[in-house]
Parts: sequence; structure tokens; C-alpha cells
Amino acid sequence: MTLVSLTKSPRAEADPTDPPPPAARPPGSGRHARRAAGLAGALLLLLVICALSLAVGAKPLSVGQAWSGLTDSASAEYTVVHEMRLPRTLLGLMTGVALGLAGGVMQALTRNPLGDPGLLGINAGAAAAVVSAISFLGITGFTGYVWFALAGAAAVSVLVYVVGGGRGATPARLALAGAALNAALFSYVNAVQLLDTASLDRMRFWTVGSLAGAHGDTVLRVAPFMAVGVVLAFALARPLNALALGDDSAQALGARPARARAGSMIAVTLLCGAATAACGPIVFVGLMVPHMVRTLTGPDMRWMLPYCAVLAPVLLLGADVFGRVVARPSELQVGIVTAVLGGPFFLYFVRRRKVARA
Amino acid sequence: MSVLRTAGGFSLAYRPRGLAVGAGCAVLALVAAVFAIGSGSGDYPMSFGQVLRTLLGTGDPADEFIVNDVRLPRVATALLVGAALAVAGAVFQSVVRNPLGSPDVLGFTQGAATGALTVIVVFGGGSLALASGAVVGGLATGLLIYALAWRQGVHGYRLVLIGIGITAILTGVNGYLLTRAQITDAARAVLWITGSLDGRGWDDAMPLLVAMAVLLPVVLIGCARALHMLEMGDDAAFALGVRVERTRLTVLAAAVLLVSFGAAAAGPVAFVALTAPQLARRLTKSPGPNLLPSLCVGAALLVTADLAAQRVFADRQLPVGVVTGVLGGGYLVWLLATERKAGRI
Repeated sequence: MTLVSLTKSPRAEADPTDPPPPAARPPGSGRHARRAAGLAGALLLLLVICALSLAVGAKPLSVGQAWSGLTDSASAEYTVVHEMRLPRTLLGLMTGVALGLAGGVMQALTRNPLGDPGLLGINAGAAAAVVSAISFLGITGFTGYVWFALAGAAAVSVLVYVVGGGRGATPARLALAGAALNAALFSYVNAVQLLDTASLDRMRFWTVGSLAGAHGDTVLRVAPFMAVGVVLAFALARPLNALALGDDSAQALGARPARARAGSMIAVTLLCGAATAACGPIVFVGLMVPHMVRTLTGPDMRWMLPYCAVLAPVLLLGADVFGRVVARPSELQVGIVTAVLGGPFFLYFVRRRKVARA
Repeated sequence: MSVLRTAGGFSLAYRPRGLAVGAGCAVLALVAAVFAIGSGSGDYPMSFGQVLRTLLGTGDPADEFIVNDVRLPRVATALLVGAALAVAGAVFQSVVRNPLGSPDVLGFTQGAATGALTVIVVFGGGSLALASGAVVGGLATGLLIYALAWRQGVHGYRLVLIGIGITAILTGVNGYLLTRAQITDAARAVLWITGSLDGRGWDDAMPLLVAMAVLLPVVLIGCARALHMLEMGDDAAFALGVRVERTRLTVLAAAVLLVSFGAAAAGPVAFVALTAPQLARRLTKSPGPNLLPSLCVGAALLVTADLAAQRVFADRQLPVGVVTGVLGGGYLVWLLATERKAGRI
């Protein structure tokens, strides 16, 4: 349970319930109270989903059974809950937080509504690095390949930013550059798998994005990276708000654009790299959640990021639970569920908005 | 631009440099093809003269078997697939007006892969069923993307974004199909997705040849001029007398068919459709879709890549898709870096 507090404590640190300076408050509105209440509601939803994730599976448990499995070491459900469901739920929780925050930060950084780390190839970069590590260097444990995942994510996020950060970059161009990178990286991953059938057998489950292989020690090892990334992301809320006004205005407001950008890149790299190393490349979570959140909170990052951090794991764990239920007795990997359910959202979004303007 | 005038008052405009590049690449492709037949994938080396004699029908029977039944079909498939993918890529890049808008990126090859994977994993079919699955999958995906991108006409960037969305969905579906497969089927499926020319016979080459014989005249003769004008924008093209939407539908349909049949023959060989038109454009230094030079470059590219895939590692043969994937990925990064400065990506 220390882990939960670990991922949650930074949220409390940047907790927006402590009132911002009165000057920033629009006069005569109960907006902040409403947003705080909404956040509390979202947290409640997250709790419900976590309970579901503990209870639903190949061996369905009632909520009471799940609770006794969680707390009572003598109960029959103790092993199921502690060995399988709990690590899986915690990993889903952390990955969801990481992907949601990475998506929110990336969209603000590139000022681009399509800035999803999965869509832009950052997760695929981490995946390509991990696959190389597994296949060529024979590295197996999580501690070994998390560094490769971080390096791969960092390389691609720098590349995407260089391509997409230019003045002429439109959302569609950035998305296209990301898609092309994705295609290149996946063709590389395929090629490596092809040369080595034994690693294909292991990697084909990992490359679709799955929470099924979660162990307690994976959760423990991935936590520090994500914690640093989460703290960094919340610390960036104000500078990113300033950056949204343009570099000159941001500077006039006392923000340092170069530092904010570098910090954002580091945060995205940490969050995406660790998430991908733990459960494989997952797309669309980082795209959908910030858009849904923006309709609730507006563009203020100080509210957006906490909402993202709560609602993204709701989505990811929900997708995971759905994947366990829909294809009994086997299960659908969470990455497949998010791709197949998130895709239509993306299509709807692209058709509705005028992002297609070149 | 040069103009050839005949006595009867007809004239034909052509670009000497484009023609030279096309001819040069065609010769390169043929030489590489003869070389590939001569040394090929096997342990039966033949001299250049022997190959030529056999091709002309005056070789000895052993040579004839090796050339006509083993190596020639493979090389012919490589030439045809390279040409088909390259023309399709040139058409797509021209329609979406972006160097990255190739069928690999926009989901059409993913669709063909989904069709083929379904056949392998769900029905366990043979190579003919697999090829039909690829064609059906590619066509269905093309129709879906076109229908979703339609809104009083198809704008290039909407096509791009819809295509990217469909690619992401289909990647998920393909990954799911792979996890459902037995490991032997999964290995076969990954080999197919990567693209390979191993063991290709005339049965693989013929459907593609027929499709190209029908489709290439439609694109190269019927729509090349209109496509060139479309690059100036819909309004300008309309003012010049181009039926914008009809042209776009025709060339896109032809390109999707070319990709699907190409993928059916050799799998969706990565990045040929992306790189060949770009190389052709750099060689000819002329604007426009550069369809014919792209065709020749694509054919030369795939034959050479297949040759390299067989010979780079002495102890094992790689599928050709590995070579094009790695080279194409490198080229893509270079393209991203340079084209960005020019503001074209």
C-alpha cells in the first residue's frame, strides 16, 4: 500500500484544493469548488474501478471476498488477490497515471491536440529499444531493460519534438511524422522477432501492451521512475500554463520556456519509458483522457493534470477489466482494448474538429 | 521540359532528365535481375552469358529448370511488387501532398495484413487463400478510410488523419490475432507481415501482372496529367478542367488495388512505397508525381534489396522486408530531418 501513497502523494502536493491567489480567481464563481468536487467524484470512480479490478477475473470474487483476500492472510482468496490481482491493479493504476499525465504534458508542450505519446511513436521507441535488449543482449529482467526503454523513449521524443516543434508544424503533420516513425519502429520490432522465434514467443504478448504479466517486484521497480515523472509533471503545470500564451508572454510572466520544455521532455520520457517497460506500448490513453478532461476543466493545467492522473487509470483499468470479461476464459490484452476502443474516438475527434486544416 | 513535334502537327512534351532517370533505373533493375538469376539464392552459380542464353531459350535443360522455374519467378515477383508499391506510393504522396503519406503509414498495408492474418490464424488457409485475404483486407480498409474521410470531397489531410487512426486500430487487431495464433502460425504470420520473396513462383506473380496490366495504364496514361495539376490545389486544378473528385477516387482506388495485389504476392514489404517516389523525385529533380521514374526506381530497389537480403549474411537468408525496413527507417529519419528544414513535413 506504500506504493499507492507514493503515486498519490505528489498529487496531494500539487493538490489544487489549496486556493490559488485570489487575483487568479474569476470573481463571483464557484468554479473551484465545483472542480474540487468533480475531482473527488473522479477519485471515488477510481476506487470503484480498483475494487472491480480486484474482484473480476477468471475466478470472480465478491467485493467482500476481495476485501478479505486483501486484508486477511488466512482467507482462501489471499493468494489470488495478492499474487495476481493486486500487482496487476497497482501496475494498471500507475501506468494509467503515467500515460494520462504524459499525454496532457505532451499536448501542452507541442500545443497540438493530437500529441499522444503512443501515436507519436514514443512508446514504440521504448518498445524497439527493449526488443533489441531482449534479443541481442539477452537481457531479461525489468531492471535491465527499463534503461533501454528510457533511452528509446528519450530518443524518439526528442526527434518528434524537433520535427513537430517547428513553426510550420500543424497537428496533422506532427501526427504523420509520428505515424511514420511508428511504422518504422514496428517494422524493426517485427524484423527482430522474425530472426529469433524464441523471443517472438515472449515478445508477441508484450508488444501488444498487457498488464497480465504483472509481478509485485515489477511494480516496486517501476514505481521510482514514475514517481519522479509524476512529481515533475505536476511541477510543470504553471510553466506550461504560461507557455500556452506564447514564449514572449511566458517570459514576461516569469516562466523560462527552455527550462519548461526540457523538463516536459524529461517528464514524458520517464513516464512513457517506465510505462512501456512495464507493460508494453499502449496507445490512445494519452490522447483520449486529456481531451475528455479539458471539456470538464478547461485549459488550466493545474486542474487538468490532476484530473488526467485520476481519470486515465480509470480508463486503463476499465479497459483491462473489460478485456478480462469479454473473452472468457482467456482475455484481451489491455493495449488491444484501448486501441480498438480508442480508435473510433480518434476518428470521431478528427472528423468533428477542424484539426485537418493543413 | 522538351517538346517533340511531328509533321502532322502533334506534339509530345517530355522531361529529358525524367526519361533518363527512368531508363537508367530500368536498366539497373534488369541488370540486377540478371545478376540475381545468375547467383541467386542457390548454390548453383551461373555465368552472365549462361543466364542470357537460357533466357533466350538456348541453354541446357538443367539451367532452364533453375532459371525458368526457380529464380526467374522470384525475380519477376520482386520487379513487379517493387513497381506496384512504388507507383501506389507516388500516387498517395501526390494526393496527400506530403512525402510521408505512403500506404505503409496510412493503414492500407495494415489492412492487407489484417486480411492475411485472419486467413492464417482463423482459417489456416494456404497461399492462395492468404493472397485473397490480403486483397480483400486491403480493399475493405481502403473503402473504409475513403468513406470516413469523405465530407464534400476528400481532403488530403483528413485522409491522413483517418488513415493514422485506422492504422492504430488495425495494429491492435493484428497484435491480437498474433497472440491468438499457435507459435508456428505466428512465425509464418510475422514472416508474411515483414514481406518475403522466398519460394515465390509464377502463381504469385501472375495475378499481380494481370492487375498491373489493367491498372498501370489507368494511372499512367489516364490520370497522370490530372494528378500533376491536382498538386497545385483543388481550385486551380478545377479551373484547368480537372474533375477533381473523380480523378482522386480513380487514382486512389487504383493505388489501393496495386498495394493489395503487391502485398498479396510478397507481403507488405516495408517502406518501398515511401522511399521509391522520394528517390525518384530527387533524381529527376522535377515536380509532380513522377510516376514512371518511381516505377523503375521501385523495381530496381526491391530486386537489389532482395539480392542483398540473400547475400549479406553468409549463413542465413533474411526476408527482403527486413532489409527494406531497416534501410527505409534510416532514410525516413534523414527525410524527417531535412524536409523539416524545407517546411514540407
